[in-house]
Amino acid sequence: MFKGLLTTLKEWASKPVTIQYPEEKRPVRPRFRGRHELKRYDNGLEKCIGCALCAAACPADAIFVEAAENTDDERYSPGERYARVYEINMLRCIFCGFCEDACPTEAIVLGDQYELSFTTRQSAIYTKDMLLEPVPEGGKPTPQRTEPGVYTRAVPAMKDPQD
Amino acid sequence: MPKEITLTIDGQTVSVPPGTLVVDAAKKIGIDIPVFCYHPKMEPVGMCRMCLVDIGRPMIDRASGQPVMDENGNPRIQFGPKLDTACTTPVTDGMVVITQSQKVASARKDVLEFLLTSHPLDCPICDKGGECPLQNLTMGYGPAESRFIFEEKMHLAKHVPLGELIYLDRERCIQCARCVRFENEIADDPVLGFSQRGRALQIVTFSQPGFDSIFSGNTTDICPVGALTTADFRFGARPWELKPAASLCNHCPVGCNLTVNVRREAAQGGKLVIKRVMPRQNENVNEIWLCDKGRFAYHYAESPNRLTRPMVRRGDELVTVSWEEALAAAADGIRSTGGELVALAGGRLPNEDLFTLRRLADTLGGKVLLSTCMGGGDLVSQVGLTPGSNLADLGKGDAILVIAADLHQQAPLWWLRLKAAAKRGASLIVAGARPTRLERFATRVIRYRYGEELDVIQQFLDGKFPEFSEAQNAVIFYGGEGMDMLGTSALAQACTGLLIQTGHFSRPNNGLVPVWLHANTQGAWELGIHPSGNLARNLAEAGTLYIVAADPAGDDPTLAEAMEKASFIIVQELFLTETARKAHVVFPAQAHFEREGTFTSGERRVQRFYPVIEPLPETRPDYAILAQLGEKLGLPLEGRAPALIFRDLATSVSSFRGLDYTRLAETAPQWPIVGRGDLYYGGTTYENREGLGCTLSAASQKEGWHPPATWAGRMPEHTFDLDRMNAEGLVWLVPVVRLYDHGTTVTPSTLLRERLARAEVSLHPATAERFNLKDGQPARLQLGGKEYSVPVRLDETLPEGAALIPRSCGLPVSSPHGVKLEPVIREIVS
Repeated sequence: MFKGLLTTLKEWASKPVTIQYPEEKRPVRPRFRGRHELKRYDNGLEKCIGCALCAAACPADAIFVEAAENTDDERYSPGERYARVYEINMLRCIFCGFCEDACPTEAIVLGDQYELSFTTRQSAIYTKDMLLEPVPEGGKPTPQRTEPGVYTRAVPAMKDPQD
Repeated sequence: MPKEITLTIDGQTVSVPPGTLVVDAAKKIGIDIPVFCYHPKMEPVGMCRMCLVDIGRPMIDRASGQPVMDENGNPRIQFGPKLDTACTTPVTDGMVVITQSQKVASARKDVLEFLLTSHPLDCPICDKGGECPLQNLTMGYGPAESRFIFEEKMHLAKHVPLGELIYLDRERCIQCARCVRFENEIADDPVLGFSQRGRALQIVTFSQPGFDSIFSGNTTDICPVGALTTADFRFGARPWELKPAASLCNHCPVGCNLTVNVRREAAQGGKLVIKRVMPRQNENVNEIWLCDKGRFAYHYAESPNRLTRPMVRRGDELVTVSWEEALAAAADGIRSTGGELVALAGGRLPNEDLFTLRRLADTLGGKVLLSTCMGGGDLVSQVGLTPGSNLADLGKGDAILVIAADLHQQAPLWWLRLKAAAKRGASLIVAGARPTRLERFATRVIRYRYGEELDVIQQFLDGKFPEFSEAQNAVIFYGGEGMDMLGTSALAQACTGLLIQTGHFSRPNNGLVPVWLHANTQGAWELGIHPSGNLARNLAEAGTLYIVAADPAGDDPTLAEAMEKASFIIVQELFLTETARKAHVVFPAQAHFEREGTFTSGERRVQRFYPVIEPLPETRPDYAILAQLGEKLGLPLEGRAPALIFRDLATSVSSFRGLDYTRLAETAPQWPIVGRGDLYYGGTTYENREGLGCTLSAASQKEGWHPPATWAGRMPEHTFDLDRMNAEGLVWLVPVVRLYDHGTTVTPSTLLRERLARAEVSLHPATAERFNLKDGQPARLQLGGKEYSVPVRLDETLPEGAALIPRSCGLPVSSPHGVKLEPVIREIVS
């Protein structure tokens, strides 16, 4: 009996392992796979080029992409193509991260958001506005008006393989 | 039959006709030799070097001329010091080909490494990505890494519009010249070419407007990379997201087989949307090609102007009502209206709907008329093409006569195939009142004046052209240019008489082919639906007028006037046409992309089309509307499914006897093999898995058939006298067909807007002078009591005394007639 009480006393004196969620939150691990984010370049242009490779890689068929064409007057991303519609159905998503692997421009990244709750099926569909990260400091929101001939490459140029 | 040549490819023995290329022989036994520049429909050039294989031939002893044998008694094979191109090497007896060896693999790897030195590798945004031969072959045979320095990649323009239909990406081009060769060899539109050389080589277009070819879309199919893409599909979807659905083109009587690519789109509320139209292989009809009208003019089905609800006339207005109300109103109208029921059917209505319409009219004691301005379809069902016919079989010793038709504009695929037949050695005789594009390939050109068409046939009957009368097989294509209904009927009769005299009927590859304006006009004739000699009177005398898929009021003001006299009008349509505006009840029909059914082509081939997109919620297929109306009137009509209607049709219509809906969906092996995993070979044309269709047997093949009464003795020289008309101060106003017209199914495709034919009168300068008209200035003419002002265009190649005007370009000219042309002195600004 004393042995048992001793354990209780010991535990009473030690730091509790539980935390007061949601007031207090545990930091997530660097490789945590939370809600997706669509990244931007420093100048504010979207990294996503609407190639739909994430949708092709998705084993749960949770991603839907519709592409459209950029112009210099109305530019969303570098190159010719951008995602006009980008939707992820979070009820379908299994957070496997294949979309991240498939992305040729590192536009879609599984972030550290894990607080997802919906009351209807419709609200489980996250649209592009909800997924896009805010415009970084010094950048401009999209669509941007850009100089012709500057943003001609959709996929960032590859480096010399010798490097 | 020439002796077949036997060779060994990778240990497999294959026998092929002499002249076959190694790459095709290998394909026949399922061995893939990768290619970029070679295409089975075009002459080989051996530019890309991707098809390098090891080829050995039996050693021949020079002294004896006999093959050298080894110790086992087998011929000794001598391989060349280097690899050979399989696409330019014809097979020889005893040849040994090795496609799987270290040497061949490394050659392929090197070729791909070179091709990729300057390729942008922007596959993620490339429309071809996913169905790209370069991508596939690189995955299959290419190196994983390049030894070339990336900074040295060429940076060229990525968005070059070659005209408004096709975009060029100069970086992606691998310089295989398939597009250039297609336009030169197959389409005869030499508007593309190479400029510069080496790494700076690029594709350019010479024409104005850019890429001025009606077959331009095909170059995007055969382009082995994403260098040529269509403006219509640009970034539309990735190929793997698309679902294929089989359909038919309904723009002309050729009946090209299509595969329509659809997908569900969020922007359209999750509806199925047509993303693009691709050719589906049918070597009997369109081979693997498609004209640009068929490829790009499909948007009408998704047009926001479609009729979506039934409408009933209340006073001066058409108000939308429920189906139940509209059907009841139509049934009441038919019952309460005295007089005959006259139904008018358009040539774009499928067979099943025409059959149901005929049943309905027959049981009500009415009649069905066909809306067409050409006659002779009854003769075509007697002496038309028979089962087993294929225009691709026509060659040396055969003859083709094309009269009064501009096939390049009316039926582009027939033009393509007749041109190919002429190249194979067939005698192509083109008779026309004005020059047409086909004449360049003709072995004989006959020029006549409008009204003298019968005289041309008389010359044939007199035996002036032995290449026709003595030909093994002969086909006549007749059109209706410059003639009215009676004129074309007379011409069809004359042609039938000629075919019967020379014995060119009732066997494969012989017969009469009509160049109708609509997809299923021949189907209507086969079902016993004929046009009327005096449509205006029929319309005016009708009690109930039932118009399905036709727009008489929009075509001709006199018909519009006649329609006013009918007491009750029911219209089934896709759009609110002029005719629909006059109706008492309007039913919204379904477009052919939304339903299934069959069409009969001008070659009398019955083919099936399948549902592609979901129908608009409140629309119904034409046959169902007719059957439901029949139900209201107490008539038992089959309206549940086209398959059931077709079963009835096949038992009760003689020319369809023996046909079966499922038989229409049967396929057979076709050559070249396209559309499987090997996109590098034939391009992205789809394989035909949904049916090649069946050709109807001709009435002349049946026992107890008697030749129809044609002209006994000599034919009249003129159908009308052009000189006398000119002497009266009139010109013969001839409506001509332009491919890109202003029809209701074409104009919703905004991409083609620039290319649509403009309303203008084309005249010979001498004729213009007589009427005091000048080039570019407007002329005034009276049509159906209304006055129109149309710009004049002078053209020295046109016949004198006639004026040409494009069909369905805003002017109501359905058949030719004499008009007065006057210069407009003061232009009226409206």
